[in-house]
Amino acid sequence: MNIHEYQGKEILRKYGVTVPNGKVAFSPDEAVKVAKELGSNVIVVKAQIHAGGRGKAGGVKIAKNLEEVRTYAKELLGKILVTHQTGPEGKEVKRLYIEEGSDIQKEYYLSFVLDRATSRVTLMGSEEGGMDIEEVAEHSPEKIFKEVIDPVAGLLPFQARRMAFHMNIPTKLINKAAKLMLGLYEAFVDKDASILEINPLVVTGSEEVVALDAKFNFDSNGLYRHKDIVELRDYDEEDPKEIEASKHDLSYISLDGNIGCMVNGAGLAMATMDTISYYGGKPANFLDVGGGATAEKVTEAFKIILSDQNVKGIFVNIFGGIMKCDVIAEGVITAAKEVGLSVPLVVRLEGTNVGLGKELLNASGLNIVAADSMADGAEKIVELVG
Amino acid sequence: MSVYINADTKVIVQGITGETALFHTKQMLEYGTKIVAGVTPGKGGQVIEGVPVFNTVEEAVSQTGANVSVIYVPAPFAADAIMEAVDAELDMTICITEHIPVLDMVKVKRYMEGKKTRLVGPNCPGVITSEECKIGIMPGYIHTKGHVGVVSRSGTLTYEAVHQLTQAGIGQSTAVGIGGDPVNGTNFIDVLSEFNNDPQTYAVVMIGEIGGTAEEEAAEWIKANMTKPVVGFIGGQTAPPGKRMGHAGAIISGGKGTAKEKIKAMNEAGIEVAPTPSVIGETLIKVIKEKGLYEQCKTH
Repeated sequence: MNIHEYQGKEILRKYGVTVPNGKVAFSPDEAVKVAKELGSNVIVVKAQIHAGGRGKAGGVKIAKNLEEVRTYAKELLGKILVTHQTGPEGKEVKRLYIEEGSDIQKEYYLSFVLDRATSRVTLMGSEEGGMDIEEVAEHSPEKIFKEVIDPVAGLLPFQARRMAFHMNIPTKLINKAAKLMLGLYEAFVDKDASILEINPLVVTGSEEVVALDAKFNFDSNGLYRHKDIVELRDYDEEDPKEIEASKHDLSYISLDGNIGCMVNGAGLAMATMDTISYYGGKPANFLDVGGGATAEKVTEAFKIILSDQNVKGIFVNIFGGIMKCDVIAEGVITAAKEVGLSVPLVVRLEGTNVGLGKELLNASGLNIVAADSMADGAEKIVELVG
Repeated sequence: MSVYINADTKVIVQGITGETALFHTKQMLEYGTKIVAGVTPGKGGQVIEGVPVFNTVEEAVSQTGANVSVIYVPAPFAADAIMEAVDAELDMTICITEHIPVLDMVKVKRYMEGKKTRLVGPNCPGVITSEECKIGIMPGYIHTKGHVGVVSRSGTLTYEAVHQLTQAGIGQSTAVGIGGDPVNGTNFIDVLSEFNNDPQTYAVVMIGEIGGTAEEEAAEWIKANMTKPVVGFIGGQTAPPGKRMGHAGAIISGGKGTAKEKIKAMNEAGIEVAPTPSVIGETLIKVIKEKGLYEQCKTH
């Protein structure tokens, strides 16, 4: 789960991390009010969307007075920002972060991520801040430094200092930078983050080390113990079908094709998409109904697939392990009857209770095309959709 | 011979009183798995499906001589359950539970350092040695005894591959689901090296998916060490970058972990990769025919 920059900075403040003063605003009036309270000569008006690359896309404006704050706020609110992370359709700006300007001397890069190879949280830093870190990694990997963190000891002060020295942070600010890193790590672990990226981290003219941006991503598996984080979820930033799916504990991702897929197991769901593509079709979604699905859950999954206007056919591909085929069959039948099935449906069932599942489907009187294998099913649905 | 588990393996079911665990305990018993104990704190003394329940893993081990456990405990308590199994010095613990917070697993991995227990999973279908011992949630009836080892990050894709092999008359030695999480206990190389040393196994099917670099590392290892033919499949060839495909580990980020890179690495290591999941079985048969192993692998 992602949150906005202003929410991330709010969290960091509580961990003693220096961030510029600022507040969220939902209207130009609010933006001006916040700017007045801040009383700074330079005010930064920042679009709040769940995507990086806002600066380059014109989503960050520097205002010299309150009138400019108003002008920029009006300009940005309601604007569709297209960045390299939003996709071509872009994202509408509905919130602004109004922040005091910082006297930036130099920009750096800092992040905490999980390193799969070591199964440890790793601190990464570079003096090449402010820009696309993936480019730095590709062109000058020697400028990115890493500290692997022992989960028992936590990030150690000497590691933070070593990182600060590697990043060429001015010597007299090493301790401030180290303290900031320790605060970031504490926040990362406390909140079950999966990514915490500060790009840029800056050194200011008044000799402060400041987190000028904050990008948090949280481990969805850890959210059950962080009600405060769940409350920060911004539904405007997500696909409505994905929101509906998450309410029913379904793993659904919207794609741009026309063949709806319902599958059990993430690996099989991906492979089903691959197979549809192999036969020349385009999947409309990734959908894993999971292991312990009930007939009701399957019904909801079916409704979500059908709510996608682009869907011209559905392929149900189930290999039951925990998931029992008769449960899937029941769910499909209920949903098809409730919603009214207007598009072709191909069903492939295999695994636990497969005989029972097939019987139910046959007895339902629904117009269902049975498939013997995943390939057979994919071929059939691609042909039916045309 | 087989890998990790066999007819003599004595199994503890951790979280045996839960609904899912009960269903699968019955299925495992029907398959012939020797389940000697269950553990649910506070339910010690009960008997479920003829299996005695204990309060702690330690007690279950000392009373029954069990050497492997399987975990169906809910995610918030699963990391603790794994560490309890490790503390009890089991040979192996297989964690079926999905949705364990990744930082919990980071802690678990640290705790396991220097200890003897092997962890398989979490978020995996389990391990099965055909017609001897089934530990996990896989449908038993699709498996037949034979000489092909299967290792996979995905549960349902493992079933798919095993089903194809059985239908084609090719039995399996052991199938190991290593799970779809970014931090797990057993990786491809661990299992591949077991298969390499197992006299019952003549060839291996390896099923990977997008995200991480485990497949690339395995390919390199295979090139340098593997004496038996390996065929592969990679799920997520059409998955868009930046979108997490269900498994916590299945995400293409920063241009890394794509199916294309993995298939390239595997091809370079001499591993034939099936173009679609439907032809994993066919691909294996083609390769074992080329190597002159088909007759030995044909079991029925």
